[in-house]
Amino acid sequence: MKHLLAVADLDRGAIEELLDLSEHFLEVTQRDIPKVPALRGKVVVSLFFEDSTRTRISFETAAKRLSCDVMSFSVGSSSVQKGESLRDTVQTIEAMGIDALVIRHSAAGAPQRVSTWVDACVVNAGDGCHEHPTQALLDALTLRRHLGADLRGARIAIVGDILHSRVARSDVAAFAALGAEITLVAPPTLLPSSLVGWPVTVSHDLDAVLGETDVVCLLRIQHERRHASLFPSLREYTARYGLTVERAARLRKDTLVMHPGPMNRGVEIAAEVAEGPASVITEQVRNGVAVRMAVLYTLLGGAGGEPVVARA
Amino acid sequence: MVDATGERTADVRVRGGRVVEVGAGLTGDETLDATGCVVAPGLVDLHVHLREPGMEDAETVDTGSRAAARGGFTAVVAMPNTEPALDDPAVVAAVLAAGKHACCEVVSSGCITRARVGEALAPMGELYDLGVRLFTDDGACVADAGVMRRALEYSRALPGAVVAQHAEDPDLAASGAMHEGAWSSRLGIPGRPAAAEDVIVARDLILAELTGARVHFLHVSTSGAVDLVRAAKARGLPVTAEAAPHHFTLTDECCATFDPIFKVHPPLRTDRDVEAIKRGLADGTIDAIATDHAPHPVEQKERPFEEAPAGMLGLETALALTLTELVDPGVLTLADALALLSWRPAAIAGLAAHGQPVAPGAIANLCVVDPAVTWEVDPLRLASKARNTPYAGRKLTGRVRHTILAGEPIVVDGDAQR
Repeated sequence: MKHLLAVADLDRGAIEELLDLSEHFLEVTQRDIPKVPALRGKVVVSLFFEDSTRTRISFETAAKRLSCDVMSFSVGSSSVQKGESLRDTVQTIEAMGIDALVIRHSAAGAPQRVSTWVDACVVNAGDGCHEHPTQALLDALTLRRHLGADLRGARIAIVGDILHSRVARSDVAAFAALGAEITLVAPPTLLPSSLVGWPVTVSHDLDAVLGETDVVCLLRIQHERRHASLFPSLREYTARYGLTVERAARLRKDTLVMHPGPMNRGVEIAAEVAEGPASVITEQVRNGVAVRMAVLYTLLGGAGGEPVVARA
Repeated sequence: MVDATGERTADVRVRGGRVVEVGAGLTGDETLDATGCVVAPGLVDLHVHLREPGMEDAETVDTGSRAAARGGFTAVVAMPNTEPALDDPAVVAAVLAAGKHACCEVVSSGCITRARVGEALAPMGELYDLGVRLFTDDGACVADAGVMRRALEYSRALPGAVVAQHAEDPDLAASGAMHEGAWSSRLGIPGRPAAAEDVIVARDLILAELTGARVHFLHVSTSGAVDLVRAAKARGLPVTAEAAPHHFTLTDECCATFDPIFKVHPPLRTDRDVEAIKRGLADGTIDAIATDHAPHPVEQKERPFEEAPAGMLGLETALALTLTELVDPGVLTLADALALLSWRPAAIAGLAAHGQPVAPGAIANLCVVDPAVTWEVDPLRLASKARNTPYAGRKLTGRVRHTILAGEPIVVDGDAQR
């Protein structure tokens, strides 16, 4: 594997290898000194054209725990407006001598384009409404640790703004590859216009789905969508599609509640539910570091390199 | 020789800018070899972005007309989305002046509305007096039905004028960057639905009926639009339509590369739409093949898909794509293909000197096509200033050998002489 651009590019075997490796790194992150020299001397650059807190910090933490040198470029959208091409930007950075580029961009496909212009490994940290592969891998890792290594037959509801969600696209690809049954729950205006080829069923009725599901993945509702007439108001959205305290009470006891963050408490998820016993949201964040270590190690370490987990 | 009157084998003698003799065994001071070739009236492109004035880093009248001549075109209609727009007699006059020394006849379109913003009418009469016959806000749709109605009505006082619509409802197309469908859903690229085109075509056909004015639809790309135009023609409405080569040769699947070389408005559609465009070309619903030649500098096409400008080159590949994708598979006869590329668009734009039968007295605007030669598209060898062809590396059959503009050999053996 040279780049990680989309879960859609990965088969079940590749996903499982990354998850197995993530389990090892999860153990590393729980040590007193959670750092291994596996990628000493490798240079990882995080290049975020779009604001992000958790993903950026998660990648940088992962790289540092593998002993990489980490450089961080903040590229305001203004420099794009000034006309510097994406190609110039990444080739300039590559010329400094780097091994991996972790890219977030507001436009779908930007990391894929970059991968055709540079020799460095490219990791997609979220591109427009396309994919967010490491988020899906950490979601799958979280589920695996609760439901067992095999997700076959697990019923997963993904609820919210599927249309604009890169997390949803990656989650669907990852969960389906691992054998789960996926239901997308959203008003028709927040679903893609065509679901041809998507291994999912669709519902517009969250209440009908709740009692039948093992996992509820909630997606962030972006306030600006309301202005595009995609739904009438946040209040109406919450009333019909929010995981309120009342709805959460009707979940089966062992149902897991996930959210990729950042959350709009009180909109798609009630604060009490986010912090309730069914929530694995902070676990997702913790698992994110291990997954990103596994991704960087797989891309930069390669087979036959340093031992996967050197004792510190 | 193939023209609107049929096919025959003959030599052509040209003198003083006109055809003076057609027959066997002719000789002259200067001879262009056309062995194995088809001699036809020069091609006419209703839809070309020459980018002058304002965007000369992408194309100029000079470079764009050279690309046109190498593609077999003897006349092109320059679109008005320049900077400033072609909404003012002085700007149109400047484009026409630049065209005086160009490699083909450069015909100026004129805006329908001032600054192409769809509000106040442009001075259509003043532009008409400079020779403008095709009025369009191309690049932008005249979205306001009231404004479109008035433009159509007003055009009726201008004999030979035609109002040409870029049919994409801006609210439905919104910030979409590719066709809305299975591929856009999967790729997460905002979509432009086929409905954005269809609703404007349907509406403007109703307005054409209301006003009795001629309407022309630019770059028709959907099966729905083809059906609407076909039905309107059956009702006898004075409607014409054009289709671009990329809309009968490429689909939205190309966008899976995320390479904005495939970004164009209206967008590349589905297989079903491609088939509908081919049927529309074959049954006469679509009147012309027009390139929508849209040059962009390299750096603009190196931006991410959603941010890159829309448009692709077309002048130097249009004829070969038509021959390779439509004539060779039997969708069109060679004569039908040349009709769509020459005399039918010439009639739409009112270009009396182009598309005429090759007969004594006709102005010698001719192209000589080798229909058998195969070649590979190399962006670096195009005459256009820009390089944004989506066909790089594609093998095509048929190529222009000579182009004669008003009797002057402007392209000889594929090389521009100016």
